[in-house]
Amino acid sequence: MWELIRINKRNSVLLLMLMAVCLLGLGAVIGMAIRGPDGGMLGLMIATGIWVVLTLISFSSGDQILLAASNATAVTHDVHPQLFNVVEEMAIASGLPMPKVYIINDPAPNAFATGRDPKSASVAVTAGLLAKLNRDELQGVVGHEMSHILHRDILFVTLAGIMLGSVALLSQVFLRGMMYGGGSRRRYSSGGSKGGGAAILLIIAIVVAILAPIMTQLLYFALSRRREYLADAGSVRLTRYPEGLASALEKIASDRAPQLASANKVTAPMFIVNPFKKMGQWNLSDLTSTHPPISERIRILRNMSQGASLKDYSDAFVNVTKSRTVMPASALTKEDIALRQASAEAKNEQKEKQLRQVGDIMRKVNGFLFLTCACGMTLKIPPNYAATTVECPRCHTEHNVNKT
Amino acid sequence: MIALIVLLVIAAGLLLVILYVIGTYNVFVGLRNQVDNAWSQIDVQLKRRHDLIPNLVETAKGYMKHERGTFEAITNARAQAMGAKTVADAGKAEGALGEALSKFMLVVENYPDLKANQNFLAVQEELSSTENKIAFSRQAYNDQTMFFNNRIQMFPSNIVAGIFSFTKRDFFEVSAAAEREAPKVSF
Repeated sequence: MWELIRINKRNSVLLLMLMAVCLLGLGAVIGMAIRGPDGGMLGLMIATGIWVVLTLISFSSGDQILLAASNATAVTHDVHPQLFNVVEEMAIASGLPMPKVYIINDPAPNAFATGRDPKSASVAVTAGLLAKLNRDELQGVVGHEMSHILHRDILFVTLAGIMLGSVALLSQVFLRGMMYGGGSRRRYSSGGSKGGGAAILLIIAIVVAILAPIMTQLLYFALSRRREYLADAGSVRLTRYPEGLASALEKIASDRAPQLASANKVTAPMFIVNPFKKMGQWNLSDLTSTHPPISERIRILRNMSQGASLKDYSDAFVNVTKSRTVMPASALTKEDIALRQASAEAKNEQKEKQLRQVGDIMRKVNGFLFLTCACGMTLKIPPNYAATTVECPRCHTEHNVNKT
Repeated sequence: MIALIVLLVIAAGLLLVILYVIGTYNVFVGLRNQVDNAWSQIDVQLKRRHDLIPNLVETAKGYMKHERGTFEAITNARAQAMGAKTVADAGKAEGALGEALSKFMLVVENYPDLKANQNFLAVQEELSSTENKIAFSRQAYNDQTMFFNNRIQMFPSNIVAGIFSFTKRDFFEVSAAAEREAPKVSF
């Protein structure tokens, strides 16, 4: 596992450097197209400037921006004890500090992890996820997110996302500028004899501006798909129970809720499943997909009958996909890790109870006051309740409503 | 001149070895701390289970007036587990406590009112999560120990481990076969 983290770090650095080359190359070419050959340096500097500023911002508060953009609310143990406990369990299993827990008010089932390092990590899940999954399944999903934190994927995704954002920003600005203000560039081109050269440069720049974002995106997606497999393997290693994650993915895939409102292209690779549900997205594997096909992930997990180590996942992967393993060979030391049985709750799942639970979460997030009567009844008092006392409808005890 | 070069090469080699030893020593210390940490986490969770039991008994008492034997079994097992002096005793007592709790949870099935009580459900969630946390902290301890032991055995870090006498740790094993076979109970 430590081997895996080391290799992951090295790959991340390599990939970030490649993306940086894309970004700086784009800057240089655009600069040259606008100001002639001397403009290359200026373009380079501007591109570097954009990147440095964005990286600094993302380093200092990228996770906060992301969580705010996703409408995530920080929750405590009282709001959703089960979620909080499951996160704590996975934190213990992985030996990481307890991350902050967030709930996204959205019916689409999904989850992501973010942060700079394990100490400042956050895990966010949607209310829809909590409503649909049982304890074992939730554990599988949280284990997946915890593995992203453990594998240091969260920093990579943030930095690579920023890089992707910078490239997209730069090329967008340039292409729009060309489209609307194409005439103005002539002021900068130096003399008639070099006009032909400038035109060629301009065409090159336009082509690069179109290709660069696609290139960086492909790089970004290629690694993010691999990391999804690795996080699945990590989740099984933590929970010892592949069926939990498999059935969670199945439920998420078959979900009919509208797609996650607050996701975008840059944040998409962070989620446990691709938040964009286009036609046939679930079983389409291509270069532009941020996630491996969900059906394949499920089949791999269901193929794991021997044990829960990374090696077992890798064997199942080879079995199902008939391709080379995604695991680095040095991470595949043989470990003897037995699987465990389903917890009892999974067997007698109560849908109604879960739906009520999710309603309660949303009420707690929205400032409802919860009183538990001695008779076991829970009274849910809306924030705009005016009277100072309330009567329990079951045993008619009077309760004081003290709002602080 | 040649002597100087040879001297420099030897000095550089020595420096590399020293740096390696320092680095490896620090890695070992870090790993050992992680192992100790994982071990103490088990204690934290066991203690949490002890703390939750009075709560559980208090909530359930009103509903289960005819189950005094069950409550006594839990309370006694808890007292024994808290008073255990040796590690072996503690292991045994914790096992007994787990068993008593399992039996209690089976009895709860007969009391639908209790099962619908919000307070009880909350305690139940905490308790079942604590059981999980105990299991996961043992698992994490074994993971950390395996990695630590591997490093102690592998060349060349085993030399450094030998010099500073880092020794292998024992794995946490569920000793009693009965405990291994213990039925998974519905919480």
